[in-house]
Amino acid sequence: MMNREPEQYTEGEVLAPPTERYTILGWLHKNLFSTWYYSLLTLVTLYIVYAILKPTLIWAFQQAEWQVVVVNLRLFMVGQYPADQIFRIWLALHLLAFTAGLAWAIWLPKARRLGAFLLLIPLALAALPFISTTSKINWVIFAVAALLGWALGIWQPRRMRRPLLILLLAYFPILIFLISGVEPILKLVKTNLWGGLLLTMLLAVVGITVSFPLGILLALGRQSKLPIVKLFSVLYIEIIRGVPLVTVLFMAQLMLPLFLPPQIKIDNVLRAMAGIILFAAAYMAENVRGGLQAIPKGQHEAAWALGLNGFQTMVFIILPQALRNVIPVIVGQFIALFKDTSLVAIVGLLDLLGIASTVLAQPEFIGHQREVYLFIAMIYWVFSYAMSYASRRLEVALGVGER
Amino acid sequence: MSESSVVQVKTTPEDILNLSEEDRSAAIEQGKLPIVLAHEVHKWYGNFHVLRGINMEVFKGEVIVIFGPSGSGKSTFIRTINRLEEYQKGKIIVDGTELSRDIRNIEKIRMETGMVFQQFNLFPHLTVLQNITLAPIQVRKWPKEKAEEVALQLLKRVGIPDQANKYPGQLSGGQQQRVAIARALAMQPKIMLFDEPTSALDPEMIKEVLDVMVELAESGMTMLVVTHEMGFARAVADRMYFFDQGQIVESGTPEEIFTNPKEDRTKLFLSQILH
Ligand SMILES: Nc1ncnc2c1ncn2[C@@H]1O[C@H](COP(=O)(O)OP(=O)(O)OP(=O)(O)O)[C@@H](O)[C@H]1O
Ligand SMILES: [Mg+2]
Repeated sequence: MMNREPEQYTEGEVLAPPTERYTILGWLHKNLFSTWYYSLLTLVTLYIVYAILKPTLIWAFQQAEWQVVVVNLRLFMVGQYPADQIFRIWLALHLLAFTAGLAWAIWLPKARRLGAFLLLIPLALAALPFISTTSKINWVIFAVAALLGWALGIWQPRRMRRPLLILLLAYFPILIFLISGVEPILKLVKTNLWGGLLLTMLLAVVGITVSFPLGILLALGRQSKLPIVKLFSVLYIEIIRGVPLVTVLFMAQLMLPLFLPPQIKIDNVLRAMAGIILFAAAYMAENVRGGLQAIPKGQHEAAWALGLNGFQTMVFIILPQALRNVIPVIVGQFIALFKDTSLVAIVGLLDLLGIASTVLAQPEFIGHQREVYLFIAMIYWVFSYAMSYASRRLEVALGVGER
Repeated sequence: MSESSVVQVKTTPEDILNLSEEDRSAAIEQGKLPIVLAHEVHKWYGNFHVLRGINMEVFKGEVIVIFGPSGSGKSTFIRTINRLEEYQKGKIIVDGTELSRDIRNIEKIRMETGMVFQQFNLFPHLTVLQNITLAPIQVRKWPKEKAEEVALQLLKRVGIPDQANKYPGQLSGGQQQRVAIARALAMQPKIMLFDEPTSALDPEMIKEVLDVMVELAESGMTMLVVTHEMGFARAVADRMYFFDQGQIVESGTPEEIFTNPKEDRTKLFLSQILH
C-alpha cells in the first residue's frame, strides 16, 4: 500500500510529475519491509547494530576512564612541542581558518547553511568541558578568523580572487616557518619535539605538497620522448608502487645517510618525511598521468597549430585541465596518506599513534588501551570524513566531470 | 617525376630552394612561386600507404578546396602542411621554408599557418577572449592590451562581439567554430587550413560559419579547405582537388570540376554528394 494521493489527469495538459506522499507506515513498508526477505534482512541488521552498540555504549559511559585522554590531551595534540610556543600552532590554524573562509565565500558562495554548520564545530570545541581556557579562547578566535575571511570574500568576491590564490600558495611555507621557526626571528623548535596530531598532519601536508610537483615531473617524464628520462620515471614509479610504505620508511631511515655527505645529519622526522614524499610522489605521478591522458588529442593539436611549443602547451593548455580533473583523486590520496602516516610510529616517531603507546606506557594509565585507541580512531575518522566530505563539495563547485 | 599521381605541378622544390631568402619571399609575394608546394609527398601508417605521391601548388591569395571520399587522406594531407603529421617521402615547402625535422622550421611554419578543426578544439578552461589572445601573447609576445584589442576586433568580424567573456561550453557549435576561426586569425597567419569546419555543425549553423569563410576568402587570405560544401567551392574556390585513395585524381577550377569532370571516379563521387 503506497498511500499515494489520488490525482486527476486531464488529457493534453502539461502535468507536473506526480508527487508521492507517504505516511510513516507507508515509508517503513516501502523501504524496510516490502517483502519477507527484506523484512528479515532489516531485523537481522538491526539486531547486529544493537549487539554492537549496547556493550560499547555501556562501556563508554559507565566503565571507561576517559581521564587518560583528558590528562594527556596536549600530548595527543602536539606531542612535546614547547608549551610557551604553542601559540604558533594556533596562529597557523587561524590563518588556515581565514583562508578557508575566504575560499568558501569565493568558490562556494551558495553553500551558506553548510558553512554556518561548519562554523559551529570550533565553537562546539570551545565549549568542551575539559580543555584549557587558552584553547577555548583560541577556538573562538579560529571561528572569528573563518568568519572574517568569509565576510571579506562575500564583500569583494572579484578583488579577493588573487589574494586567495597567493594565500593558498604561501600557506605551506608560512606553516613550516611558524611550526619550525627560523632563528633569530622565531625560536627554533626541533623536529624531535613535534608530535601527536600535529606531526601526523604535518607529515601528510608536507608529503602531499612536496610530492605534488615531483609527481607532475614524474608523470611528464613517463610520457617523455627521451629514453633515459622515461626509463628513470617508469622504474621509479613502478618500484615505489611495488613496495609497502613501511619498507620505504625503513629505507629512508637506514639508507638516506648513505647518499648524504657525512657532515649533514638529518633527524628521524626529516627522514620519515623524505620517505613519505618519495612514496607519495609515485602515486601522485600516476594520478597526474591519468589526468593527462584524459585530455583529448585535439587540445594538443590546437595548441601546436597556434605555434605554442611543447612547454607552453603543457603549462597553459594541458596541465590546467588535467590537474583540475584530478583534484578529487588528489584529495583522496591525501586522506589515504593522512591515515598511512601512522606507520611512522613503527620507526619510532611520536605521531598520534606513537603518542598513544607512550601514554599507555605511563604507569598510572596501564590497561587503558580501549580508551586511548578508540580516541585516536575517532580523531582519524573525524578528519578523514570531514576531508572527503569537503572534497565532494569541491568537486561539485569546480564542475569536475561536466564540460 | 614519378607517375604515381595523376596531377602534376610545374614548380619543383629546387625552383624555390635555390633562391636566396629575399628572392623567395619576393617571388611568393608576387605570385610567381607558390606559397605552399607539395612535391611527391608519401606517408605510411605502418604498412598502410595513406598518401601516395601528392603534388600541389597553392599561390598567394588562392582558395583551394579539397574533397573526396572518407579515408582518402584529405585530413592527413592538410595536417602535414603544419606538421601535425609527419611524412616519410617528398617535400613540402611553406612560405619558402622547407618542412623538416628541424624544430625551428616547424615553429616558424606553425606561426604562419592557422588551422580550424572539425571539432573546434577550443580550450574549455579559458574564456573566449583568453582562447584568442593566448598565442599572440605567448608566441608573438604582444602586450596583453594589443592582443585583446585585436581579439575584440576579430570577434566583431566573425559576428560574435559580445561573447568575449564566456567559456566555450556556453556557446553554440556555430559560435564556437567562429571563435576558433578568430583564434587562428589572431596570429595573423599567411595561410589558413580548414579541415571539414562545418561537418560537426547542425544545418542551421553551417551558414554562419561559411559566411565568415567566404568573407575571409574575399579579403585575399590564402586558404586550403577540406570540405564537401559545394556551394562554398563554387562561390570562392580558385581550384579544387579531388582526393581518392591517397592520390589527387583530378584538379581544376570549380567550373571544370562541376560541368566537365574528366575522371570517372570524380563523376561518381560528385553524383553521390550532389544527389
Ligand atoms: N593514426 C592513424 N593510424 C593509422 N591509420 C590512420 C591514422 N589516421 C588515419 N588513418 C587512416 O588513414 C586513412 C586516411 O585518413 P584521413 O583522416 O586522412 O581521411 P579523410 O580523407 O580525412 O577522411 P574523412 O572524410 O573521413 O575525414 C584512413 O583510412 C584512416 O583510417
Ligand atoms: Mg578527415
